[in-house]
Amino acid sequence: MVNNTTHRKKSIRTWLPTALLLAPASLWYLFLLIAPLVIVAVFSFGARAPEGGYAPAFTLEQYLKLPTRSTPFVNTLWLASLGTVSCILIAYPLAYYLATRASAKAKSILVALIIVPFWTSFLIRTYAWVTILSSRGIPAILASLGIVHDLVLLNTPFAITLGIVYNYLPLMTFPLYVSLERLDKRLLEASKDLGANRLATFFQITLPLSASGLITGSMLVFILLMGEYLIPALLGGGKIFFVGNALVDLFLQSRNWPFGSAVAMALNFIMIIIISVYLWLTSRLGGESREEVSLF
Amino acid sequence: MDRNEFMKHYRQLDKGSLSRRDFLRITGIGFAAAVLAACAPSLTDSSSAPASGNLGDRLELTTWPNYHNMKNFEAFTKKTGVNINMTVFGSNEEMLAKLQAGGTGWDVFVPTNYTISTYVKLGLIEALDLSRLPSFDQASFEARFLDASKVKGDSNLYAIPKNWGTTGYMVRTSKVSEKMSSWKDFFDMTMGKYSGKTTIHDYQLTSIGNALKYFGYSFNSIDTAELAKAEKLLIDVKPHLFAITSDYQPPIRNGDAYIAMAWTGDVLQVKRDLPDTEYVLGSEGGEIWEDNWALVKDAPHKDAAYAFLNYMLDPKVAAEETNGHGYPQVDARATALLSDAMKNDSIMYPAQKLLTPLEFGAAVCLTDPNRAELWARVKSA
Repeated sequence: MVNNTTHRKKSIRTWLPTALLLAPASLWYLFLLIAPLVIVAVFSFGARAPEGGYAPAFTLEQYLKLPTRSTPFVNTLWLASLGTVSCILIAYPLAYYLATRASAKAKSILVALIIVPFWTSFLIRTYAWVTILSSRGIPAILASLGIVHDLVLLNTPFAITLGIVYNYLPLMTFPLYVSLERLDKRLLEASKDLGANRLATFFQITLPLSASGLITGSMLVFILLMGEYLIPALLGGGKIFFVGNALVDLFLQSRNWPFGSAVAMALNFIMIIIISVYLWLTSRLGGESREEVSLF
Repeated sequence: MDRNEFMKHYRQLDKGSLSRRDFLRITGIGFAAAVLAACAPSLTDSSSAPASGNLGDRLELTTWPNYHNMKNFEAFTKKTGVNINMTVFGSNEEMLAKLQAGGTGWDVFVPTNYTISTYVKLGLIEALDLSRLPSFDQASFEARFLDASKVKGDSNLYAIPKNWGTTGYMVRTSKVSEKMSSWKDFFDMTMGKYSGKTTIHDYQLTSIGNALKYFGYSFNSIDTAELAKAEKLLIDVKPHLFAITSDYQPPIRNGDAYIAMAWTGDVLQVKRDLPDTEYVLGSEGGEIWEDNWALVKDAPHKDAAYAFLNYMLDPKVAAEETNGHGYPQVDARATALLSDAMKNDSIMYPAQKLLTPLEFGAAVCLTDPNRAELWARVKSA
């Protein structure tokens, strides 16, 4: 009898704090992730109500119409990949310099320079590019220098890629910086002692050891880009659509919530595949370096 | 620069008579931010405003870009202590989608004629209590516009005409030498000599409707074969467009676009700064429209909303609106107060032979699933 109560007390003592600690996050995920996801899944099998919106039904019609939205999916995958690669090409040398070459003072100034623009709202920073890229901006400067005339930059894939790199660069830079800074410099010396030239050292030592930062940075950028709406809306002139833009149109202009839901489910599906690949890649890398900067 | 001066520049920017660049130059970005921060608290502070009944201190207004005279709003806030929180939309479809989803918190909004019967059917707007709108005088409202606001078989009035106008296109004649006069010209020139220099509305009603006019069909057609032709035209035109946008003043003012599908008032506003702007109504026809003041069902600030509507329906205030944005009035009492130059303006009041073929948007254009689908398909193409 006595034993029993102490046992029960003990178990309460263990599960209560756990439950309390997890409650806020669980409720958050339940109401703001699971529940909306279930609603979207249910809607995706429904039909469009006569005045728009959702009407209960069970049909695969919406999923069968998905091929009509192939262009936004292709645009998203293509420009998100291009944006991610551009971010890598710009961020890697920067992160490398920060991690290995810069003095402590230069480092803090440079890091501040990367962060400070992000104190301004994303919307305003992106809108600023509308002015810079419009024909009274950079094209006018180039024309007055006689370099090129009638250049159109705004509302082109170039403008969108530029907006992506501008806004997402820090997300790529910092994971790379972290992985490069922790790189054991003795390995580089060993490589040199063993007769490897700089290029060989980079590809055989530096790059593999910073791969976790590279993959994490790429995923941070790529995952967010897959849901991007604002950059194509402002810098694409309503002509170059990401899935996010197509979704907004389906919900707000066509008011076809079931089809919008099906497109959203398709996007989720693609994301699950991409994240699975990411997990597989990071688990293959394994070891210490993974824990340092992994997303999961 | 003090707060008032800043707000003056800001309103100029808002009206479009000041370019964004000038605005930033005059105000200075950092300085503007500081001023905004300084006046932010006072935007919602009602303690300094004179007491006038229990109207509360806020009103949520949902409307279109460049569609109000900010002086009127300032005067209203001064008089009543009610701050107007304005949200701007690009299409009626979006407004409907938000109201259908619910929980908007909006009080007053500005739907276009063709949407009203659907709003009534869905129970999203309220019949107006005309006893609370003494400024409104039905007799002085032009019948064809007032009729467009009414719902057949319903004696209630749900919406009162705010302004009317037409949908045509503006042309920068210094850049475009050809004389343009039809929707055929509009689309052919876009796909030809002026490729990359045209914008069309991000709005199914007008963009599809005017593409239908290219073939001489009705602006309101829901015939699937006719819509299919319009869709093909729009998809063919798309790569030649500078943008698909309902906010086309910036690209025209920046010189990015020379030709833009446009509404009456935007053309007037641009012409103030760029005198080489010309307004063309398609000779095949197109759209005549009227927008309305309407009250969202269960509006959270209903008393303030009625006070606001009554104020805006005052002929003097209405005339000031038109002086600001350049859209004609439906109320004859307000029109009488306009300057002669405005009363004779050919953009505001096009010649009768151009007006005759124009059509009011039909309710079916809002609800027809094919039209709604078509537009989303064109944009995702």
